[in-house]
Amino acid sequence: MATKAVRELPREEFIMPGTRSCAACGLMLTYRHALKALNHKKTIVAVPASCMTVLHGVYPITPVKVICINNPFAATGASASGLVAGLRAVGKEDYTVVAFAGDGGTYDIGIQALSGAFERGTNFIYVCYDNEGYMNTGTQRSSASPTGAITSTTPILAKLQQKKDMIGIVEAHGIPYVATASPAFPLDLYDKFRAAKDITGSRYIEVHAPCPPGWGFPNKDLIKMGKLAVETGIHVLFEIRDGNFKLTSRSLALAEKGRKKTVADYVKGQTRFKKISGEQIRALQEWTDRRWEEFLVRHEKRR
Amino acid sequence: MNNVRIITANTAAAIAAALCRVQVIAAYPITPQTPVTEELAEMVEKGELKAEYLTVESEHSAMASVIAASQVGARVFTATSANGLLYMHEMLHWAAGSRVPVVMACVNRGVGAPWTILNDQQDSISQRDTGWIQLYCRNSQEVLDTLVQAFRIAERSLLPVMVCYDGFVLSHASTPVEIPSQEEVDRLLPPYSTAMGISEGDFMNLNPLILSEPRQDSEGHLKPGYMDLRYRLQEDLLAAMETIQATDREFESIVGRGWGGLIWEYRMDDAEHALVSMGSLASESTLAADEMRKQGLRTGVVGVRAYRPFPSEALARALSGVATATVFEKDVSYGYSGALATDLKATLFDKGLRPRFHSYVAGLGGRDVRPEQLVQAAMEIITGTPGRGWIDVHG
Ligand SMILES: Cc1ncc(C[n+]2csc(CCOP(=O)(O)OP(=O)(O)O)c2C)c(N)n1
Repeated sequence: MATKAVRELPREEFIMPGTRSCAACGLMLTYRHALKALNHKKTIVAVPASCMTVLHGVYPITPVKVICINNPFAATGASASGLVAGLRAVGKEDYTVVAFAGDGGTYDIGIQALSGAFERGTNFIYVCYDNEGYMNTGTQRSSASPTGAITSTTPILAKLQQKKDMIGIVEAHGIPYVATASPAFPLDLYDKFRAAKDITGSRYIEVHAPCPPGWGFPNKDLIKMGKLAVETGIHVLFEIRDGNFKLTSRSLALAEKGRKKTVADYVKGQTRFKKISGEQIRALQEWTDRRWEEFLVRHEKRR
Repeated sequence: MNNVRIITANTAAAIAAALCRVQVIAAYPITPQTPVTEELAEMVEKGELKAEYLTVESEHSAMASVIAASQVGARVFTATSANGLLYMHEMLHWAAGSRVPVVMACVNRGVGAPWTILNDQQDSISQRDTGWIQLYCRNSQEVLDTLVQAFRIAERSLLPVMVCYDGFVLSHASTPVEIPSQEEVDRLLPPYSTAMGISEGDFMNLNPLILSEPRQDSEGHLKPGYMDLRYRLQEDLLAAMETIQATDREFESIVGRGWGGLIWEYRMDDAEHALVSMGSLASESTLAADEMRKQGLRTGVVGVRAYRPFPSEALARALSGVATATVFEKDVSYGYSGALATDLKATLFDKGLRPRFHSYVAGLGGRDVRPEQLVQAAMEIITGTPGRGWIDVHG
């Protein structure tokens, strides 16, 4: 059953005041709702070097009520595999292992360990929170950064390449559950974490996590940016269960009625796109439209 | 001698891990370690060993996963060689810093480029500053026995232990090995229980960001900073010397064999000349010592078993009466000299000992080392005409 209203979400908070994340952090909001969906006492979170490390605080104080095991940047999939194996070995299989990595830790340096874990069918949830750059180290380009975005390692020309098709790569592993989410749509996000929790095998959730300092928009616009990404089709909300694709939430509503907003609407509110050329906007629009059409076709074919 | 089998050191390593009832194994194949990986996989698939076996996609992942499994309370094992070990480098630091009792067999192999699959000890020597205990073995029996001891040492000191043995020379050579009984091993190694395992509702944050200075926790207790943890690691590694010796003594009292603890000595009682080395090369040095004794030179061998922690006291004691000390090793700290020689020289200086001293690099990439070459090198020191310090080198 889909969660219909915010008041249906658990009231208990698992992230206390005092995190070291920036104000209006998309990851922070994502994590807040994700932990509500998981059983915080029976969850172990594997965290690589990233903003997530920062969020979890500085030793010996953590503001998060969950067991967190930090691991090196490249190792998330493998560390999670070890946690799952170790828990099985000691008879604690009732724990859910959840990896929470950034786009850099997922699309780039961590992809090998992630692929290995998925190929082995490791029983865990892998969450990629995609803030479209290496934000922890100061807004460098990742392979998830969009075309036309200025980052600190694409400072003059802006990013020339398209975003890597990580979902496609993940799907090719044939895992039972793949989903996207956005902190701007917390009910949908909550439902997907709930769904993932009850499935056995490798599960992947990719959350589009807007980042005010990294993208260059005012803190107050966090939700607006998250929504715009979905309403333009830059980020599409869907769920793939055993290969069966289904649009959800606002993306579903868009498919059923309504019109996508334009990419131009999305990029204009962010200083990272201040140098984007007309041609690049067209390229981004084309990329967005093509993906959207593909998703629509898959949605219509659903069983 | 009840259960003697003719096996390789690799088989001995796999048997040792099984006898230690490891619960999680993750390994990635690399010559000459591969048979360890394969034999453990077979034991697990046949149901002879009840363990989780992770067929990981790299050595970085192998070490990452055994560390994590250890953190939730499982007894873990892995094995590797050469470039595989180097690929783990980040994770080796992570293991020591996490204070997990991971045990690993390192089958020593030269490091590329250019490629070689044959033996030297450059791989493990290159990892000496990662905070691991490193033990070097002279034969397959010692490999088996040391691996059993390694789990005990690791779990007592909460430090990772690397058991090193020479590729092909030992890993693929079949010799008689006595297998201890399960009961004997169980007596040395009780079921693994760790203070680090997880418990419900205990919301710990393992290996988080840490500052250099000590800091209060939410209850006002002062907790260490980064540097304090590093100091603890150093102190505990030094203290592990006692644990290594005690474990070897206990093993001996149960199984009837001991390996000398930190170092072993051969004909050192009245020795005027000492040959110092590690692993199978130290074993081979005993032939050179015998030969020199035939020539009327009172020569003995000091074999270094524990390279980290470095047994300074024991070595100084063993070498206190010698006129010459010649070090043979299968590694180089490039730009200086052999690593063992460097450490030993520093130790002798600390203790005010000044034997005539020289170091020789030998056998890199599997180049054959013959006892007469060791004799010749030692003679250079005795006659006061040290050569260039590389045995049998061209170019
Ligand atoms: C092996 C290694 N290389 C580089 C780093 C430095 N580093 C830490 S976090 C980070 C970027 C993380 O980016 P991402 O995964 O996208 O997460 P975010 O910071 O955006 O949360 C980098 C490059 C590291 N910790 N380890």
